[in-house]
Amino acid sequence: MDKFTTLTGIAAPMPLVNVDTDMIIPKQFLKTIKRSGLGVNLFDEMRYDQDGNEIPDFVLNQPQYREAEILVAGDNFGCGSSREHAPWAIKDFGIRCVIAPSFADIFYNNCFKNGILPIALPQEAVDVLMKDAEKGANARVTVDLEAQTVTTSDGEVFTFELDSFKKHCLLNGLDDIGLTMEKAASIDTFEAQAAQARPWV
Amino acid sequence: MSPKTLYDKIWDAHVAHEDEDGTCLLYIDRHLVHEVTSPQAFEGLRMAGRSVRAPDKTIAVPDHNVPTTPGREDPKNMTEDSAIQVAALDKNAKDFGIHYYPVSDIRQGIVHIVGPEQGWTLPGMTVVCGDSHTATHGAFGALAHGIGTSEVEHVLATQTLIQKKSKNMKVEITGKLRPGVTAKDITLSVIGKTGTAGGTGYVIEYCGEAIRDLSMEGRMTVCNMAIEGGARAGLIAPDEKTFEYVKGRPHAPKGAQWEAALAWWKTLYSDDDAHWDKVITIKGEDIAPVVTWGTSPEDVLPITDVVPSPDSFTGGKVGAAKRSLDYMGLEPGTPLSEIEIDTVFIGSCTNGRIEDLRAAAEILKGKKIAVKRAMVVPGSGLVRAQAEEEGLADIFRDAGFEWRLAGCSMCLAMNPDQLQPGERCAATSNRNFEGRQGRGGRTHLMSPAMAAAAAVTGKLTDVRELM
Repeated sequence: MDKFTTLTGIAAPMPLVNVDTDMIIPKQFLKTIKRSGLGVNLFDEMRYDQDGNEIPDFVLNQPQYREAEILVAGDNFGCGSSREHAPWAIKDFGIRCVIAPSFADIFYNNCFKNGILPIALPQEAVDVLMKDAEKGANARVTVDLEAQTVTTSDGEVFTFELDSFKKHCLLNGLDDIGLTMEKAASIDTFEAQAAQARPWV
Repeated sequence: MSPKTLYDKIWDAHVAHEDEDGTCLLYIDRHLVHEVTSPQAFEGLRMAGRSVRAPDKTIAVPDHNVPTTPGREDPKNMTEDSAIQVAALDKNAKDFGIHYYPVSDIRQGIVHIVGPEQGWTLPGMTVVCGDSHTATHGAFGALAHGIGTSEVEHVLATQTLIQKKSKNMKVEITGKLRPGVTAKDITLSVIGKTGTAGGTGYVIEYCGEAIRDLSMEGRMTVCNMAIEGGARAGLIAPDEKTFEYVKGRPHAPKGAQWEAALAWWKTLYSDDDAHWDKVITIKGEDIAPVVTWGTSPEDVLPITDVVPSPDSFTGGKVGAAKRSLDYMGLEPGTPLSEIEIDTVFIGSCTNGRIEDLRAAAEILKGKKIAVKRAMVVPGSGLVRAQAEEEGLADIFRDAGFEWRLAGCSMCLAMNPDQLQPGERCAATSNRNFEGRQGRGGRTHLMSPAMAAAAAVTGKLTDVRELM
């Protein structure tokens, strides 16, 4: 997995609540058996019309946001389906960080498996960042994972909370399965005990 | 011993390892797999030279993008990309030696209907699947939730998940339901009250007399939509109904093991003085038959109400409601019961079980549909066979419904069953998101009885008027 340490980039504003994973990547793109190549279809039905032409008003189609690496959004981002195609599409587009007042549980976890940092901040802080993002491409936002801070283009700093294990894995680009495999003896022991206690499982 | 919730008890019985910061390896008893979220996980195993740690606890079935029309066993009758995914699951199941129900098997169906039907899902288990509606299995008092593809790979390789414990929420539905009110109305009403993020960070236990009174099918409907309320999982404590449902299923324990299992299952309830981080109480008698009007499952109102004005909301929901009404083509103040419907879809892991089909058939008996098209997609081949045996299939056909083969179908429209732009659908499924049932399609969620009522009148209808 790719490491995430610091990021300074363009933030795209998406002031919508309940952005669901069907919006992020519609189902017709789930028929792939690969993880790559989904960026072009990120937010497909909001980004393109029925004939496949770009909808100019959509934020990621605007010239100043085409290279966005950070997305600022409303409450409950990533709700709905468990599809990991959502973070795959976000990453493939080039976005490495999503900032919102809250995230849906499965999407939030999926981000960390793909080198994406989801940052939950209070509504008031997100409102400030949303305004900053609306300034366009010259307003660069900086995210520092080690320090757990987000800094606006005006130098205003917000501190965010993050689970220490998730932070450690993201900072170092660690592979979860490899880490768990190191604890195989614990799993063996548990499995043997569980087979005694609940042999019907 | 300190008092525990049901969630605490199941959690404690499955912690294989705990780090100092509380990060745990949770052991997984059942891993359900389907064709859409698994190919990349199996590919990951192959690339790393890993095997499936517990193939006997891993069960696969194709459901999301299989056609629901005859001849689907022939890959030529699927779109090319769907056929590739189904073929990949065929191959992965064979290569890694996991239990498998192919499209040609009568036991094939929606993974969350097949699991309980075959007795794979049992009380007190941990159950995961690369699908958010895994919450369904919570109806058995199993801790069940959806995971992403990376986690699917993690479970395949290690039979564990890296987890931190969620908080405990109790949702109590007291007293009796009124006539015409069903499990679907309960679960939608709860989401209407808590919002789609209200359960974030929690595992919900549903309890109370109205929940106890529900059949297992109804309880699965309630738990199924826990995810729509943002919760990691939904649970209902097992009782005699649960044990009765499980007994004799192909993979349920038998003989002495049944007795041992039963003894443990009977300890699976929340202790009287257990700690709850959040409690919601709703009177059963206050719940009405409901429908959704917008593009979020929290946009729920009784059928007797009117389309709301965006100004009646606050914060980000004002803009969201405007956007929803625009997408749905609805004007504030319109009575919900005047909204005309083009299409009716009965099925999905929320409402594709035999009891759902019985409830819809009860309304449809001797009547004809007044919509452009209507389809019933049974949740599994066995549900379908039972419905045919009970004469339900004839009622649906006579009314003008298409009688389909089992699968997820128009719930997420990955197969050819899709809405056209602007097409308005009364659906028994679980999501009314923009584009969910097809680009530009407009979805109203409701119970099977309400969907059947809409089918015969051609508009959203209070089912109580037809009872």
